Amino acid sequence: MKVGVIRFPGSNCDRDVYHALELAGGEPEYVWWKENDLLHMDAVVIPGGFSYGDYLRAGAIAAITPVIEGIKKLVAEEKPVLGICNGAQILSEVGLVPGVFTVNENPKFNCQWTQLKVKTNRTPFTRSFKKDQLIKMPVAHAEGRYYNPDLDLLQDQDQIVLKFHGENPNGSLEGITGVCDESGLVCAVMPHPERASESILGSSDGLNFFKGMINY
Amino acid sequence: MKYDVEVKISLKKGMLNPEASTIQRALALLGYNVHETDTIDIVKFSMDEDSEELVKNEVDDMCQRLLCNPVIHDYHININPQED
Repeated sequence: MKVGVIRFPGSNCDRDVYHALELAGGEPEYVWWKENDLLHMDAVVIPGGFSYGDYLRAGAIAAITPVIEGIKKLVAEEKPVLGICNGAQILSEVGLVPGVFTVNENPKFNCQWTQLKVKTNRTPFTRSFKKDQLIKMPVAHAEGRYYNPDLDLLQDQDQIVLKFHGENPNGSLEGITGVCDESGLVCAVMPHPERASESILGSSDGLNFFKGMINY
Repeated sequence: MKYDVEVKISLKKGMLNPEASTIQRALALLGYNVHETDTIDIVKFSMDEDSEELVKNEVDDMCQRLLCNPVIHDYHININPQED
């Protein structure tokens, strides 16, 4: 399966994601932000980093680039799209997932391991987990506090993918730190699955996100 | 005609503003007892356009498409014709 790894000026988790995709058995390929035809891809990952220096708001400028038009066409073709950290912020700025990831309650860059609860396994990325299964992945962000004025709709439509379990390190609404679109194929998560994709890193739970996508 | 444009972007009422609460706590460290601290972003630029109405429509569009996130932000646009 060919998986596009999107690169913007300021992306910095692109090589880690590429490596994790290879570990999971996929065929990753870097895609520069100027590309707008991605229809030869079977799936796409938008990795973390600081696209465009986080100017204006994290993800706001990446959200209006040509590659986003290409991603929207892939979404229309029902191909899986995963946004990680800055990638999650970009997907929310585009409006492909609901709500926003904004400045942490304690406004500092927060880098730590977190316990997470998988709230739905209907997405390609979480389908190997059981509902409410606890997993371990790290977060690393200053703008990750999830906010959505319409929490009921999110719950009713089963669009909450991950919640912090125990400590809520950024003040997210209900501890939500991963959401998906109505179909479940577009998924935005603040924790980094690629940084938890080999046991030597402290956890391999994240590898299942990529395996699930590749075997979809 | 050339116009000076100023867009003030603020968080919607009731939204948590961690930057403002940090500033308020820092002011308290210096002994200043202030309340209701808030921060806003200002984006300034100038534009050539035929009328103020056209400027307003275009800037409104910019706010919706890039400058603000409508989920969390309110914005206010000031337009002033430049004097020759």
